[in-house]
Amino acid sequence: MSKTILSPLPGTFYRKPAPDKPAFKEVGDTVAVGDVIGLIEVMKSFNEVTADQAGTITGFPADDEEPVMAGQPLVELA
Amino acid sequence: MGIKKLLVANRGEIAVRIIRAAQELGIRTVQVHSAADADMLAVKMADEAVLIGAPAAAKSYLKIDAILDAARATGADAVHPGYGFLAENADFADAVVSAGMTWVGPSGHAIRTMGDKVAARVAAQAAGVPVVPGSDGRVDDFEAARAIAERIGFPVMIKAAAGGGGRGIRIAQDMEEFDRLLPQASAEAKAAFGDGGLYLEKVIERARHIEVQVLGDGTRAIHCFERECSLQRRRQKVWEEAPSAALPQQMREKLCASAVALAEAVGYKGAGTLEYLFDDASGEFYFIEMNTRIQVEHPVTEMVTGVDLLREMIRIAGGEPLRLRQDQVRLSGHAIEVRICAEDPAQGFRPGPGTIAALTVPGGAGVRFDTMLYPGYTVPPFYDSLLGKLIVWDEDRASAIARMRRALGELRVDGLPTTKPLHDLLARDPDVARADFHTRWLEPWLEANAHRLGTEETPE
Repeated sequence: MSKTILSPLPGTFYRKPAPDKPAFKEVGDTVAVGDVIGLIEVMKSFNEVTADQAGTITGFPADDEEPVMAGQPLVELA
Repeated sequence: MGIKKLLVANRGEIAVRIIRAAQELGIRTVQVHSAADADMLAVKMADEAVLIGAPAAAKSYLKIDAILDAARATGADAVHPGYGFLAENADFADAVVSAGMTWVGPSGHAIRTMGDKVAARVAAQAAGVPVVPGSDGRVDDFEAARAIAERIGFPVMIKAAAGGGGRGIRIAQDMEEFDRLLPQASAEAKAAFGDGGLYLEKVIERARHIEVQVLGDGTRAIHCFERECSLQRRRQKVWEEAPSAALPQQMREKLCASAVALAEAVGYKGAGTLEYLFDDASGEFYFIEMNTRIQVEHPVTEMVTGVDLLREMIRIAGGEPLRLRQDQVRLSGHAIEVRICAEDPAQGFRPGPGTIAALTVPGGAGVRFDTMLYPGYTVPPFYDSLLGKLIVWDEDRASAIARMRRALGELRVDGLPTTKPLHDLLARDPDVARADFHTRWLEPWLEANAHRLGTEETPE
């Protein structure tokens, strides 16, 4: 049974802290609870999304710089 | 020559405002929108709507080609940019004109000139408008720097001529400190930028933000008096008034005349705003910059002058000369606008998009609510948080504040957090009642009053 990290907010999902920086996490990376996995931009303010579960990343169902709804899966973990 | 079909290249409450003005002038409207804005109020009100791209502004409201394609496809003959997005983008203004359409605003050239702070400062000085006293360029010689500091008065800001973004800025309170800081600043500038040249500017410590509304037809310009927007949080205006309660009549005349002189000197066409700092202590005002567009807070000017700024700017763009002489613009009463944003003042102004469960719009004499909200509307998370502007007019400032308290009491927006609790408190604050504030007044006040911003209940 795979685990997912959900978006806490509606907005735009970013996998990188800045356009010219590497992504917070990549597929295959291990994640601990509290790790930042991305940002959600809501009305021009940026909010960090932290992992509420630990595991190894198997996929990113939401794409970088794409709109997401609250509760939408952002990261899949094994 | 007049405009027949106007494309609105914006969203939210200002798109609604532009469509209303166009409808009153008998002009058809085209509203462009992103995929996230298909159900916004302006789309429902416009004669036609065109989807131009994905939710992110960079993929829709900032895409010049997509907007021009929509204009061509619908046969629009003019484009209104509103505020924000592409409103002060000179290339967009030029592209609209090159496509054979009318741009509702000043020329690309005027946007470039007045949008550049150094060029605008030079234009202001040439027109005899006071600017913040400074060295008017770089200073390399310490003796010359001392003479300039003596002339402009302390405190003096020392900046690296080659710097930017606040790096290497020092503030000297007196000549002794100046003598100590100057060599340090020069050495640091040399190390950081390879150039020890410095720039000096007077520090205006307790300034009010006062701005003058102008209308020009390319030849002649008039002013519609001033607004005061000193209540700001993170450089964002939250409460705006017209006229300023701090300006003696003689100063008002001087300030407004200076704005007209500058607008005429640059052949300004359309609606524009000249921003100034007003120093209570010295009674001096200094031009800081010009905004070459309609502004968020334009309604307070409309309320105290009776001039419909949106209609006038559309008429001017359509080729009409200014319809008003200066002596026909009269100042009457006092107006206040508060910005109602989807932010929670009890949670550090955290933005909160959501769905409008219920909406009660204030009414009665002297009350206006410019908004894009309607019951059931879902405020998308992709754009700024402004939901609407509550504007009141009354015979004098004290009555206007009382009317604002009353109107805020009627306003109800359910379904998301709003900044209404902040305005409930400001409208009851003794310093606000005395207009005893400046641009750095609100932020410490917010810290001191954080505990009172937590509830919807309005304290009496």
